[in-house]
Amino acid sequence: MTATVSRPFAPVRRASTQNRARWVPTIILVVGAIYALIPVAWVFVASSKAPGELFSSFTFAPGTGLWDNLVALFSYSDGAYLMWAGNSLLYAGVGGVLSTLVSAAAGYALAKFDFVGGRIFFVALLVGLLIPGITLAVPQYLLLSDLHLAGTQLSVLLPSIISPFGIYLCKVYAQGAIPGEMLEAARIDGASEFRIFRGVVLPLMFPGMVTVFLLQFVGIWNNFLLPYIMLSSTNTFPLTVGLNSLLDRGSGSPALYSLAIIGAAVAILPLIALVLFLQRFWRLDLIAGGVKG
Amino acid sequence: MIETITAPVAARAVTTPKRRRRRPSLAPYFLSAPAIVLYIAFTVIPVVYTLGISFFAERLTGGGTLGIRETTFVWFENYLDVVSDSQLIAGLGRMAIYGIIAVPIMLGLALLFALLLDSPGVRLQRFGRTAIFVPYAVPGVVAALMWGFMYLPSTSPFSYVTEQLGLGAIPFLEPQGIYGALANISIWGGVGFNMLVIYTALRSIPRELIEAARLDGAGEVQIALRVKVPLVRPALVLTAIFALLGALQLYGEPLVLKPLTDTITSTWAPLMSIYQDAFALDNLPVAAAASVVLAIGTAAISVAVLLTVRWTTRRGMR
Repeated sequence: MTATVSRPFAPVRRASTQNRARWVPTIILVVGAIYALIPVAWVFVASSKAPGELFSSFTFAPGTGLWDNLVALFSYSDGAYLMWAGNSLLYAGVGGVLSTLVSAAAGYALAKFDFVGGRIFFVALLVGLLIPGITLAVPQYLLLSDLHLAGTQLSVLLPSIISPFGIYLCKVYAQGAIPGEMLEAARIDGASEFRIFRGVVLPLMFPGMVTVFLLQFVGIWNNFLLPYIMLSSTNTFPLTVGLNSLLDRGSGSPALYSLAIIGAAVAILPLIALVLFLQRFWRLDLIAGGVKG
Repeated sequence: MIETITAPVAARAVTTPKRRRRRPSLAPYFLSAPAIVLYIAFTVIPVVYTLGISFFAERLTGGGTLGIRETTFVWFENYLDVVSDSQLIAGLGRMAIYGIIAVPIMLGLALLFALLLDSPGVRLQRFGRTAIFVPYAVPGVVAALMWGFMYLPSTSPFSYVTEQLGLGAIPFLEPQGIYGALANISIWGGVGFNMLVIYTALRSIPRELIEAARLDGAGEVQIALRVKVPLVRPALVLTAIFALLGALQLYGEPLVLKPLTDTITSTWAPLMSIYQDAFALDNLPVAAAASVVLAIGTAAISVAVLLTVRWTTRRGMR
C-alpha cells in the first residue's frame, strides 16, 4: 500500500537526496582511511630524515638520511635488528603452525567425538579465554625459570602454542565443515582414526585453519608482554621488545630515536604486505558467527 | 525425494551407537592430548601457582641482626595489601578512565565503518576497508612508538600546525592529554579488525530482509539502525568483550610512551605495578595477589557484559 503511494515521488526524491546520501558516507569513510594511514605515512617520511633533521624540519618533509639510517639500523650492535626480525619470524611462524595444528586436532575432537572429560575440557577452555595474559605471564615465568628455560627461545615459543580461542574457532568450524557421514564412511572402509584425521579432516578444515594461523601469527608477532617478561638477552628478543629497548635507550641519546623510527618502518612493512595479501583467505565469518548471543 | 535420501542415513545412525559401544575409540584423547597437556602446563598450573603464592609471605623471624627468612601462610594479608595499595588503586582508576574512552569509541567507529562498507552507493569501499584494516598489522608496541613521536612536540605534525597558528603545542603527553593519547593508539589499532568482524556479520544477513525493509520505504539509516544492528548483535557482543579484555591488559602502550614523558610513572597502569612488584621489588606474593584480583575483576566484567546482553535480548524479544 505505502509502496504504491510513494512510488511516483520516489525517483524525484532520489535524484536530489541520493547524491548527498552517497557523498557524506564516502567522505566519512575516506576520513577514516586517512586516520588509519597517517602514522604509517609519517613513519616512512620520518625514517628518511637524518638525526639532525628529525627535530628541525617540518615533520612531513622528507629528509636526506634514508640510506644512512638503514645502514645504521642494520649495523646497530652487530646486526641485532636482523636477529630480532629472525626471532619474530621464528616465534610467530613456528608458534603459529604448531598452535594451528594443536587447535585443529583438539577442535575436531571436541566437535565430533563424545568423550569422557571432553565437556570439562571445553568449559575449562572457555574460562581460559577470560584470563588476561598478564596474570599468566608472571607465573609462567616463574615456572619456566624453575625448569631453567626462562630466557631461552623455548620460553616464548611454548606458551604461544596453546590458544583457547584457536581451539574454540576450530571446534566451531569442524562442526560445520565435516559431515558425520563422511567420517562413518571412512571408518566402514577400515581407515584408522589417524588416517581419517590426516586424509579427511585436515583438508576439510583447511580454510578455517588458515584463519586460525593468521590470527595466531599476527598475535604472536605483535605480542610484547610475554617476551618482555621471559627474555633478558638481546639475542633472543623479537622485534617488539628490541624496538622498545632502542626507544628506552634513546631517551638518553636522541640519536637512537632515528634508529627506533626506521626500525619501526622496516618492521611493519612486511607484515602489512602479508596481511593485505592474505586478506582474501580470511574466513572472518568464523569469528562473526562464532558466538550466538 | 527427501525420504529416499534420509532413509540410509537414518539406518546408519541406528547402527553407529552399536559400533561405538563395541570399540570405544581412544582417538579423541590422542587428538586433544597436546592441547590438554599445554593447557594444564601454561594455564592451569600458573593459575594454581599464583593462587598458592598469593597466600604466603616471606617474614623475618627470630632475633639477631639478620634474622631468618621464613615463608609463612598469611591468609588474605597480601590481598589486604593490594586493596589498600594507593598506587595500584590509582592505576586501576587510570585504566578505567582509559577504557571508558577507548572501548566505546573503538566499537562505535568499527560499527560505523562496517555499516558504511555494507551500504549501497558508498564509493571507495574497497580502498576504505583495506586502509582501515592496515593498522591491525602494526604491533601495538610499534604503534605506540609511532604515535609517541607524533605526540612529541618537537616531532609532531599536529603540534607543528597548531604552533604555526600561534596556539602552541598540543599537550598530548601532558596529564590533560594522556588519556586521549593512549586511547587513540588502541582505537587506531583496533578499529579495523573489529570493523571486519562486524562487516562479515553484516554480509551474512539475508538480502531479502533488507530489500523488504527498503520496499516498505525505510531509509538507509533506518535500515542500518533497525534491521542490521539488531541482527549483528552477537558479533557486537564478541567485539565488545574482546575490546574490554584488551583494555584491561593495558601495558605495552604506556610502557613505550614512558621514556617520552614524565606524565607516565612506572606504576601508571596496574600491570606496570604488578611487573614492578614482581621483578623490580621482588615481592612475588603481592604481585600474585594483584594478578588474582585483576583476573577476577576481568572475568566478572566479561560475565556481566554477557549476562546484560542476554537479559536485554530476552527483554527485547518479549
